[in-house]
Amino acid sequence: MDNKKDVKGFLEFVYEFYKSMKAHEITLVYEGEITHQITKAFTSLTESNMSKEDEPNSVQRKVFHVMVECLQNISKHADDFTSNDYLFSGRGIFLVSKGEDEYSVTTGNAVENDKIEYLTELLENINHMDKDELKELYKRQMKEGRLSEKGGAGLGFIDIKRKTNKELEYHFLPISDDTSFFLLTSTISRSDN
Amino acid sequence: METIKIQGTEDTPKIMLDAENEIMEISGRSLPEDVSSFYEPVLNWLNEYAENPNKKTVFNFKLTYFNTASSKLLLDILMKLEEMHEKGNDVVIRWHFPEDDEDMAEAGEEYADIVDVPFEQIPY
Repeated sequence: MDNKKDVKGFLEFVYEFYKSMKAHEITLVYEGEITHQITKAFTSLTESNMSKEDEPNSVQRKVFHVMVECLQNISKHADDFTSNDYLFSGRGIFLVSKGEDEYSVTTGNAVENDKIEYLTELLENINHMDKDELKELYKRQMKEGRLSEKGGAGLGFIDIKRKTNKELEYHFLPISDDTSFFLLTSTISRSDN
Repeated sequence: METIKIQGTEDTPKIMLDAENEIMEISGRSLPEDVSSFYEPVLNWLNEYAENPNKKTVFNFKLTYFNTASSKLLLDILMKLEEMHEKGNDVVIRWHFPEDDEDMAEAGEEYADIVDVPFEQIPY
């Protein structure tokens, strides 16, 4: 009998979850390990949805760019996380929402607290740069930067800011004394410009 | 010299490197899972080609999308071509881009700023 009650509670939760997704206009949500296969599947799914909805090419391209860079960030960095905590190690959450005026792509993954300062500085620096400064930074990083072992070029955040022309919103929420959950949202305007 | 022909896929570009028929082209989409190993044969081929190049080298880029990791490897290819140009070889880069794609046009301009090689921008 307890089990029945649990199932009902769970199904009610699913309905609440569904309503909440609708309320937040979330079109795609995923939790788990982010692999290259997942990246391909999500980008092609979103791409075919956008083309069905006659989204302008320039918007489609920007959403594609941002999704790839965000997904690759998680796939390349989520497993930097050395803790054995099964909840967070090597995993992340990825969501895409579509509003009246814009798309947003949000990622979340656990990071060690000693990375917070570096990430904050990096993102603040990029957020405060204008178009020309970002262009110079991108060129410099491409020339001087090295590919990391995992194939990261340190260009993802710069590219997202350049393509969207909007600040990257981010937030760190404490998980434990040593770790935090790092959330990042990029928005892409739906007006063709 | 060996010819390289790689069919394009949804995440890797089509590559044609044929010195004899003077065809050098990278086209399509580039977001390989492992960029370094994907582009390694291209760089190796260019190193070998640079030892005994054709009278004129025209290298075509006709990409519709590339991720940031690929952008670094594309620069490595361009720098190899720049090196050939510096040694006195006749080298031209042709950067083809969809005419409604400003970002791809701008990416070409940026590469043209970084490397010192004749660079033609061709909208299609």
